[in-house]
Amino acid sequence: MTRYITNRALQGLIAIFGALLIVFVAQRLSGDPVALMLPMDASEAEFTAMREALGLDRPLLVQFAIFLGNALTGDFGQSYQWNAPAMQLLLDRLPATLELAMAGLFFAVLLAVPLGVFSAVHRGGFLDRSAKVFAMLGQAIPGFWIGLLLILFIAVELQWLPAYGRGTPAHLVLPAIALGWYPVAAMTRTLRSSMLDVLESDYVRMERAIGLPERTIVWRYALRNAAVPLVTMVGVYFANMLGGAFVIEVVFAWPGVGRTVVDAVFARDFPVVQAGVMLSAVVFVVVNLLVDLSYGFIDPRIRRG
Amino acid sequence: MVEALSYLSRFGVKVFRRNTVSNKFPFIASSVLALVVICALFGPWIAPYQATAISLADAMTPPAWLEGGSTAHLLGTDNLGRDILSRIIAGARVSTVIAFYAIVLSGLIGTGLGMAAGYFGGVVDAVISRIIDTQMAVPSIPLAMLFAAVLPPGEAMVIFIIVLSYWTWYARIVRGEVLSLRERDFIALAKVAGVGTPTIFVRHLAPNLLNTLLVLATLQFGSVIVFEAGLSFLGLGIQPPQVSWGGMLSDGRNFIEVAWWLITMPGLAIMAACLASNLLGDWLRDTFDPLRRQVL
Repeated sequence: MTRYITNRALQGLIAIFGALLIVFVAQRLSGDPVALMLPMDASEAEFTAMREALGLDRPLLVQFAIFLGNALTGDFGQSYQWNAPAMQLLLDRLPATLELAMAGLFFAVLLAVPLGVFSAVHRGGFLDRSAKVFAMLGQAIPGFWIGLLLILFIAVELQWLPAYGRGTPAHLVLPAIALGWYPVAAMTRTLRSSMLDVLESDYVRMERAIGLPERTIVWRYALRNAAVPLVTMVGVYFANMLGGAFVIEVVFAWPGVGRTVVDAVFARDFPVVQAGVMLSAVVFVVVNLLVDLSYGFIDPRIRRG
Repeated sequence: MVEALSYLSRFGVKVFRRNTVSNKFPFIASSVLALVVICALFGPWIAPYQATAISLADAMTPPAWLEGGSTAHLLGTDNLGRDILSRIIAGARVSTVIAFYAIVLSGLIGTGLGMAAGYFGGVVDAVISRIIDTQMAVPSIPLAMLFAAVLPPGEAMVIFIIVLSYWTWYARIVRGEVLSLRERDFIALAKVAGVGTPTIFVRHLAPNLLNTLLVLATLQFGSVIVFEAGLSFLGLGIQPPQVSWGGMLSDGRNFIEVAWWLITMPGLAIMAACLASNLLGDWLRDTFDPLRRQVL
């Protein structure tokens, strides 16, 4: 088990290093960073001084080393817009993103579990077939469009829920649905098939033979075993939501990490963009690592393999 | 993550074998895709109006079947009186062109690297596999933000970002296929017969990968359309005055309270194109290799 953990952690570190390299290369692609920091009419001497202060006159490898060193301490420079440390700025927004991701996941699981279980129990029935169509639509409709439609129907036409911003729990509902929309489909199909497997197993047959009520068998015993692949999936989607809720956050004017980074792109506030990319890469790697570990914990075969 | 995915896909094999119901050719899906491509190729001749033609007198005309609508503008007009139908047709062109280049480029890069990794193994495989892992560990939307911040916006940038995010699809799967192909007798015989490595790649490996690549490309079409729409919606992809479905959604968002059709119509176009590509891709996959359903 120790070796398994070490391997996984090492892979994660390589991935984060790779992400840092990509960020560094992108930074160099942006041309002269000094041009963004100094006023338009700065003299040549000021440019040279600034470059020296930032170490931009030194070899690329040294620059990368400096960049790495700063990155390890979470220092991606000052935001040009806000004049605050870029990473700190994003960490302040992280709770909002976390809140939205958890709500989205909650919505997805809330819908996927009953849908998956019913589709498996009444296989081939009306609900099963509807769930299949639903899953197909779920994969083809972008979440941000669902978000727009929700705003149109629920917030504008019916005026049931607020459309923009963060505050009351009511503000959370629409963005959570839009964000959870995509995973519902995949989770439902996964749970359905693992339920079908479990329902055919020997112990379920035995439970039926000793006369346990079907409801108890399905919800208490079968679901518990069938939910294992779902747990993995929840983790993978959680990582995705934390790192990728950019468009949904913009649609609903949600004050999270994603929206801040998008704003920063428009403002050419490069330190914030860099910090944002690294933050989502680290979150993504860490959550996936935890998923893999929990997975090895649940299924001993993986640990050994 | 990779563990989890491989487990889920192994698991998927079982699921889809069980779900085998029918395997009829998806006629509607193919027609929708054909329609998108026809719009892309012949859009300017089909569209009733020029996509960017402003006519303030006709602004905010609802779709034809609603009160106040007219058959002159079947799907209505936007705040500048531009014809929605014509704009959707024009958007099909942008989406298709981008998808075409993105698929060809990510397919070539991914296939090349995947073949090299699977065929040579050893250090080559280790390096390429680590690059794939790294690429997959950086979520694609933040990555897109990074390059959107430094590169000039437009079609080339969108294609670059998509290729960067999607080549791993091909590389991962091609690598797996080649790993098993290279153990087959015909490769060993070719080697014994003194066939050079480039020839083995092109003449012996590539033809055996065609089915897989076709399935991947079809599935990628829909995925790319959604991805591009998201970028353009954020204002980081295709820039006005060029018309794109994502850009239309972004424009329509400002008038969501007065004109529902502005955000509904382009979204339907995105949905139809993506759904069609998924259905056709699934059908191709099942047709080529019924046992390996869902593994791709």
